[in-house]
Amino acid sequence: MLTRKVLILSLLMSMEIWPGLSQAAMEDDPLLYKLMVNELESNDSGGTPLTWNAQAWLGHDIKKLWIKTEGERLRGDTEELEVQALYSQAIRPFWDFQIGLRHDARPSPSQDWGVIGLKGLAPYFFEVDAALFIGDSGNTGLRLNAEYEWLFTQKLILTPEIEVNFYGQDIPEVSLGSGLSDMTLGLRLRYEIRREFAPYLGLEWSKLYGNSADFVSSNGAEVSDTKVVAGLRLWF
Amino acid sequence: MNKSLRHSGRPKQLEFSRRRFVTGTVASGALLGLNFTSLRAQTSQTQSPMILSGREFDLNIGYKAVNFTGQESMATAVNDSVPAPVLHWREGEEITLRVTNNLAEDSSIHWHGIILPSNMDGVPGISFDGIRPGQTFEYRFTANQSGTYWYHSHSGFQEQTGLYGAIVISPRDADPVSFDREYVVLLSDWSNTSPHNVYSKLKKMSHYYNFNERTTGDLWQEIKSKGITQTWNDRAMWNQMRMSERDIADVTGYTYTFLMNGNAPDQNWQALFQPGEKIRLRFINSAAMTIFDVRMPGLKMKVVAADGQNIEPVTIDEFRIGVAETYDVIVEPSADTAYTIFAQSIDRSGFARGTLTPEVGLSAAVPAMDPAPVLGHRDMGMDMAGMDMSSTNMEGMDHSQMDMAQGMPGMETDPVMSMPSALGRAGFGSSNEITHVRSEFGPQVDMRSESPQNGLNDPGIGLRNHAQLYNRRVLTYGDIKNLYPTLDSREPEREIELHLTGNMQRYMWSMNGIKFADAEPLNLRYGERVRITLVNDTMMTHPIHLHGMWSELETGDPQHIPRKHTIIVQPGSKISYLVTADARGGWAYHCHLLYHMMGMFREVRVS
Repeated sequence: MLTRKVLILSLLMSMEIWPGLSQAAMEDDPLLYKLMVNELESNDSGGTPLTWNAQAWLGHDIKKLWIKTEGERLRGDTEELEVQALYSQAIRPFWDFQIGLRHDARPSPSQDWGVIGLKGLAPYFFEVDAALFIGDSGNTGLRLNAEYEWLFTQKLILTPEIEVNFYGQDIPEVSLGSGLSDMTLGLRLRYEIRREFAPYLGLEWSKLYGNSADFVSSNGAEVSDTKVVAGLRLWF
Repeated sequence: MNKSLRHSGRPKQLEFSRRRFVTGTVASGALLGLNFTSLRAQTSQTQSPMILSGREFDLNIGYKAVNFTGQESMATAVNDSVPAPVLHWREGEEITLRVTNNLAEDSSIHWHGIILPSNMDGVPGISFDGIRPGQTFEYRFTANQSGTYWYHSHSGFQEQTGLYGAIVISPRDADPVSFDREYVVLLSDWSNTSPHNVYSKLKKMSHYYNFNERTTGDLWQEIKSKGITQTWNDRAMWNQMRMSERDIADVTGYTYTFLMNGNAPDQNWQALFQPGEKIRLRFINSAAMTIFDVRMPGLKMKVVAADGQNIEPVTIDEFRIGVAETYDVIVEPSADTAYTIFAQSIDRSGFARGTLTPEVGLSAAVPAMDPAPVLGHRDMGMDMAGMDMSSTNMEGMDHSQMDMAQGMPGMETDPVMSMPSALGRAGFGSSNEITHVRSEFGPQVDMRSESPQNGLNDPGIGLRNHAQLYNRRVLTYGDIKNLYPTLDSREPEREIELHLTGNMQRYMWSMNGIKFADAEPLNLRYGERVRITLVNDTMMTHPIHLHGMWSELETGDPQHIPRKHTIIVQPGSKISYLVTADARGGWAYHCHLLYHMMGMFREVRVS
């Protein structure tokens, strides 16, 4: 119910973007798109895993449609797949307000959430994405993500990243527990062959907490993991 | 590094054929200087645009394949020439120009700095409808001035792709400047990337072209010299503002090849002289985005005109030329040796270069570029009181250049003080406290100068302290005085304060936080004398151009106020000039950086 309201609301707000498609856009503010594959990588955990974290936007300076997706394929199967479709509006010089939908197609059963988020650049140059998720049956979640760019040279760039997820309640079907559910720390060193194209190497450490950890460990899986990752970052 | 430098090892033969390709079979008078009565075709190593002289001109805008970088690319040309031909007029004559557009899109030509009727000014949407593909527009106006000017397209991004050329107007009466020989030195920036592509890259990643960002190495050096605490404190402002002190130019030598009269640095445009001659060099910055710092190692330059208008001569070693500005200098090379004409970009990512030489083929050493400037607190319009000056600006600071009357902290302005009666005297600039209007607050504006510095006597970022460092005297706006008495000696009736605003990260540009598309015209009453005070609330250096009327820069001498058409407003600074609204109609008023212009633009209406 709530999800539907959020969907209708975000669609209505997105309508404001569309006139730009049908008529000549203002010269200073053309309709543009950007596709950003922030992470497209494999790791050393076996089973030829492929994980991705990508975003795309379409719109103008202030108003954009924003798509986010992340997921993982393992042994030829999609283990995790999450897609968010958001309306994004610049509300402060460095901050965008984002509202829309999140659909978790995998793991099964699929979950739907409404999304309210804030994305931007915090003081001291931390890229921050904070989002509140409200599920169909009143489930709630909170995700905080922050990253920093450390320039060794103009092209060799180290990116530390942290992400934490919280949930308001247990969702045992998909092994999510209430409270702090998981934390991921990443460290990726990329070389920008061009601005748009950068291979990278890195380390990723992740750990499950609380009931999330219990759900997973009861299935006999590890609750903490450290992986060596290698991948590509690209945008256009 | 300038891209063209990477090609400096190219075999001579290849270079020659490439050059021939660039300029085609255009006859060139370059090596003889501008000799308007008897042009002689020269077989030369370098080429200059052709010179067209007279009262009637047929100009054909079309596409042309060019090769400035070793890679072929498409340019917009006038009469198959990139840069466009030099137009030579005479003061007092009626000029007719039939401009035919052979492009697939609308075009236009604006006569930059020429005082003419509004409908001849060539700005689509304001002066006329533009020139449709296949159509001819006839411009007709009288040249009521003399000096060095230029012309360029005012449509789309055509200026970036080559549609610019010089205008030289000979004076009706005796020229107060004596010289034996003259050359146009037209500076520009060329990219093989299409301007639409450049613009969208900037919108998607505003620092796309900046490869001089702060790195770990810089941080380490700073910690070593100042300690961790001091470094942390010095970094605090930048970190909190989320701005880069290395953000000097939006588009850099990463994609640009800098040209002198259409010649890349390794092509080395040459101008001949005989020792003992007085040479007049007419510098024009026709770049889309690049501000240049110009010098000629071994030669003093006597600046005799600014923006086409004669000034009291000033002898200097170096000057900054903003996009669209022009400066005429006299040099007197006495020795039988070559001199490099060196124009480094403001961010030191590359340079344009040519040679003044007594002999074809003889060239001089090309100097190394100066260190890239790093912005300081003053360039962000921060109050300087109580700051540790030695640690805030890596270039050091000349305290005497700071106007101590500006920006006293914590002083509340009595509203009465802002009344017209309190306007500063003509010639001395504004005495008002600045205010940030409500429209400046929003996602489109990422900074506001709290205490803007006076931009008059400061040579600008990257040029400060050059007298101490290199023994080079740098021209400042404060040095410029009109050669003739001020024509309109009235006091300003009112003052218009406009703030240059933007959001660097989102790459949005505006005035008072309102972009052109959303802005109301700025209305001036016909005949009024008004002061415009520009406050730069950004960290970029903006050259601001008012069409149709002179911008009379208040440099401290009411009797000799210089008349300019383009005024550089330095980052975090303010500057004032007077305008006599003596030209009815609509006029464009904008930042002349091409990728800022669409937003940082106003229509001025005089009625």
